[in-house]
Amino acid sequence: MQYKRKHQDSRSRQIVMVILVLVVAVLFVVRLFALQVLDDTYKGSADSNAFLRKTVYPSRGLIYDRHGKLMVSNQPVYDVMLVVREMVDFDTLSFCEVMNITRVDFEQRMEDIKNRRKNPGYSRYTPQVFAPQISYEDYGQLQEKLFRFPGVFVQQRVAREYTLPCAALQIGSLGEVSQKQLDADAYYKRGDHMGQSGIEKQYENELRGTKGVEVLLRDAHGRIKGKYNDGANDIAPIAGKNLTLGLDMELQAYGEKLMQGKMGSIVAIEPKTGEILAMVSAPSFNPELLVGRERSKNYAKLANDKKKPLFNRPVMAQYPPGSTFKLVQALIMQQEGIFTRNTLLPCKQGYYYTKTRKVGCHHHKSPIDLPTSIETSCNAYYCYGLHYMFDERLEKYGSIQGAYNVWRDYVFGMGFGDELGIDYPGEKGGVVYRSKTYDKIYGKRGWKSATIISIAIGQGEILATPLQIANLAAFIANRGYFYTPHLVKSIEGDSIQSAYRTMNKLDIKDKYFDVVIEGMHRAVLKGTARYGQIPGVEFCGKTGTAQNPHGDDHSIFMAFAPKDDPQIAISVYVENSGFGATWAVPIASLMIEKYLHRSIDPSRLEIEKRMIEKSFY
Amino acid sequence: MRQRDNILQKIDWLTVGLYLGLVVFGWFTIFAASYDFDNTQLFDFSMNHGKQLIWMACALVVAVVVMLVDSKFYNNIAYVFYTLMILLLILTIFIAPDIKGSHSWLRFGSFQIQPAEFAKYATLLCLAKFMSSYQFTLANSRNMMIALGIIFLPSVIIIAQSETGSALVFVSLLLVLFREGMNGIVLVLGALAILFFILVLRYNNLPDMVGVSSELPGFIITFSIALVVATVFVHLYTRDKFYVRLMLGVNLGLWVVGVVLHLFYPFILYTWVSYVCMAVTIVMLIARTYVVRRKAYLVVAFFLMGTVGLALTADYAFNKVLAPHQQIRIKIVLGLEDDPQGAGYNVRQSQIAIGSGGVLGKGYLNGTQTKLSYVPEQDTDFIFCTIGEEHGFLGSVLFIGLYAFFMVRLIYLAERQRSAFSRIYGYGLVSIFLFHFFINLGMVTGMTPVIGIPLPFISYGGSSLWGFTIMLFTFIRLDANRMEVLQHA
Repeated sequence: MQYKRKHQDSRSRQIVMVILVLVVAVLFVVRLFALQVLDDTYKGSADSNAFLRKTVYPSRGLIYDRHGKLMVSNQPVYDVMLVVREMVDFDTLSFCEVMNITRVDFEQRMEDIKNRRKNPGYSRYTPQVFAPQISYEDYGQLQEKLFRFPGVFVQQRVAREYTLPCAALQIGSLGEVSQKQLDADAYYKRGDHMGQSGIEKQYENELRGTKGVEVLLRDAHGRIKGKYNDGANDIAPIAGKNLTLGLDMELQAYGEKLMQGKMGSIVAIEPKTGEILAMVSAPSFNPELLVGRERSKNYAKLANDKKKPLFNRPVMAQYPPGSTFKLVQALIMQQEGIFTRNTLLPCKQGYYYTKTRKVGCHHHKSPIDLPTSIETSCNAYYCYGLHYMFDERLEKYGSIQGAYNVWRDYVFGMGFGDELGIDYPGEKGGVVYRSKTYDKIYGKRGWKSATIISIAIGQGEILATPLQIANLAAFIANRGYFYTPHLVKSIEGDSIQSAYRTMNKLDIKDKYFDVVIEGMHRAVLKGTARYGQIPGVEFCGKTGTAQNPHGDDHSIFMAFAPKDDPQIAISVYVENSGFGATWAVPIASLMIEKYLHRSIDPSRLEIEKRMIEKSFY
Repeated sequence: MRQRDNILQKIDWLTVGLYLGLVVFGWFTIFAASYDFDNTQLFDFSMNHGKQLIWMACALVVAVVVMLVDSKFYNNIAYVFYTLMILLLILTIFIAPDIKGSHSWLRFGSFQIQPAEFAKYATLLCLAKFMSSYQFTLANSRNMMIALGIIFLPSVIIIAQSETGSALVFVSLLLVLFREGMNGIVLVLGALAILFFILVLRYNNLPDMVGVSSELPGFIITFSIALVVATVFVHLYTRDKFYVRLMLGVNLGLWVVGVVLHLFYPFILYTWVSYVCMAVTIVMLIARTYVVRRKAYLVVAFFLMGTVGLALTADYAFNKVLAPHQQIRIKIVLGLEDDPQGAGYNVRQSQIAIGSGGVLGKGYLNGTQTKLSYVPEQDTDFIFCTIGEEHGFLGSVLFIGLYAFFMVRLIYLAERQRSAFSRIYGYGLVSIFLFHFFINLGMVTGMTPVIGIPLPFISYGGSSLWGFTIMLFTFIRLDANRMEVLQHA
């Protein structure tokens, strides 16, 4: 009995021992289930431990001009990066020596890096930029000694390089991504660069390509132990697409040269396609200024310049179109049956819309027909036109509002009013009031043609950009249609937006264009634009003056050439230069000659010299 | 001589096979852990996996030698060996060089050995011999004291060597006492003491409550559990249904009153309510002792008083008795402190390594965390990380299963011994393996504080491999001989 009880007792104690072993085993199985099966965060932690995902930047798309000449290419730049956590036993002194900085510089920079207000993306575990864009020579020196500085590595990146120092605003520049841009597109990581203006911004998605990744193995001390999986997990970068611009690089550079010392703009368009041949905003600057370490300093300087070199006048500046607008009127009035070619109208040095009040005009013969009115740029002629259409055709239009709306539709049809939709960020439209706006100002019955008579000659409540005036030239050259002006002619392996391949047509009869073109041609031969004649080229043009309440008027000239097979349509604005003929006409004619002949006739070199040397500030 | 021939047949080859399997698996794991992408040689004797090959070869020789010795020898030398071992341990404190603050390694040229690994063996033999001696009984408190002395004497000396981890291993031998008849309540009370200690530390120091509330949730939880356990004890020992109901009723009533009071007077803390519960229950139990004249109530009252004493002194003991690095290791396990770059680094990294293994693992030699040395001590104490990372959950479960099977097998072998000496020895062996297994896996998976003890047969290291080999093969030798000799009655 005693033995049996004792035996039973041992038996149960043995079982307790076995159970204890099993409980321990099950405990660990449960624990491991939680660690390895349920919780998948460890996988990520392990990967971020062991893998250094080094970004391989793709080469950004190159930019060519219309003749296939390289305009913008890439150059390698080197950012010195560091991972703070891995900087153990860091030899600060010799690092400073290699980087050619003082210890104070180093400490200041480190403080800035760690300051979360200045550097919101700071983490001890991720690469931080220590010195951006060091030179190739500095890079060579550092690379040799890099192994001595744990946690430091060099990130290669591409920066832009320009064949000629021109078209800075049109091409635009690259800059570091902002917080907003980071939030908007997950593609970008802090410290990346992206197009911040111009074509670089507009075509960022085409140009940037796709970043690649190189997966490197990193041990606990931050040392790189080679490629993971022999590079099988690497992702090769995909180069960005190359762009071919409609710009003629030579013409662009020439235009910037002609415009030096002046403020204003030149826009040249190929009428048949809407491709922009040149787009000059003066004053211009060297695009290299916005590349590299000096970028922000230079940018601030440009931004604070009173002459506003960062303001892209061709698409952003709104001026009254002045006399160039008479061409618009001439077309509308003919189409609406108000004028014919031979409508004779008097000009008593102006148009009297009351007994005593008039729109003035300069001295010329009177009465005149339509082509002559263009040749001489008569103001009165167009005031009569507006008066007849708005006040005396009530049986046709019903009311002045009805007439005005018809008129406005034509104006819009020729590309005025809203933005044209050029492939350039930040384009401004013009201003052409709605009839309702006039109703609001003067009351429904409170206005007639006399109230708004200035719009007849492109002044008053009407504003347009130089691009819209150049587009008008193209529209007339094409006799009734235009393609939306655009900077990019083609994208490698892609097509440009369909909007740029769609004809914008306005229903105006061909013969009415003949009349207008005749007038423009005569203006160049013997009229307001006679200083612009080019040997061997017949071209058509129209001067204008944009009234400037802040100072001297702006001189405007729009033209296209050659007369019978237009290759180029152009608008030139020279600010504060007074009457259109003196500066804008020669500059436009030189541009046309340069584009058509690739050189300037020796007889005109004197004019060229005068244009280049003239400075308005 | 016939006996010699037979021994090969009497050896428990299953256990030997398990041993070889674990050791060989261990070697491959060490190879994986010390694997360097730049150096992939299998037999590089300057690397740990190369050295381990030598230790393994030596271990086999040692195993054969152990098998050749007559089984009576182990019984005979037990006391002498134990005495010598104690002297050696003491000597080590004075002559061992300082390695990371510990004086436990003896150095002979380039070769070093840790006597503590062998002290376990000596203690096992000595304990087995003493407890199997004639007329030994645990009921005799003098015998009990001596048995405890045999267990804890080397432990104390090893603590003096600053090898707390190895010293703690000896605690596991209490399981042997349990198998040999010690009241199981001792183990239960021990477990409860550890649990209460942890609860008080964990919940009285909640980081988000410090400075916000004066409540001591650790006390509330501990006291509540203690009261439930006390009620269960009263029920088990006295079957006094009336009193069990009374205790439950009084305590619940006190809580209801407490909650209501707290609603009206928020300054009245729940902590006070739990103090009152404890005090009232203790008084009730003492009163009952006198009313019904049964000691059992008084014992339970003592249990509760002990709980209060432990709870009140836990913080103090933690801060004063433990070294700062031990405190922080415990705090990390309890989640009271987070220091992934400092003291928590090992644990954090080992969990990352294991966790990243997923279900199927990354494949042999494909572990990135261990290869790139993110886990410190990855071929010794943290060797399991490599298994977890490369073989995943399935591999780890297989490994745990194999190890558990090995230990259960040893229990089976121990139970089939005819001599008390062999049985006690066997149980001691199992207890030591279980302790190592529990603490080692516990620390790498973040369940127990970091206590630097190896995973037997798997971790890199000659001393530990030889120590465990000798211990195991001594037992296999004893087992092979179990039919022949009745080693003492």
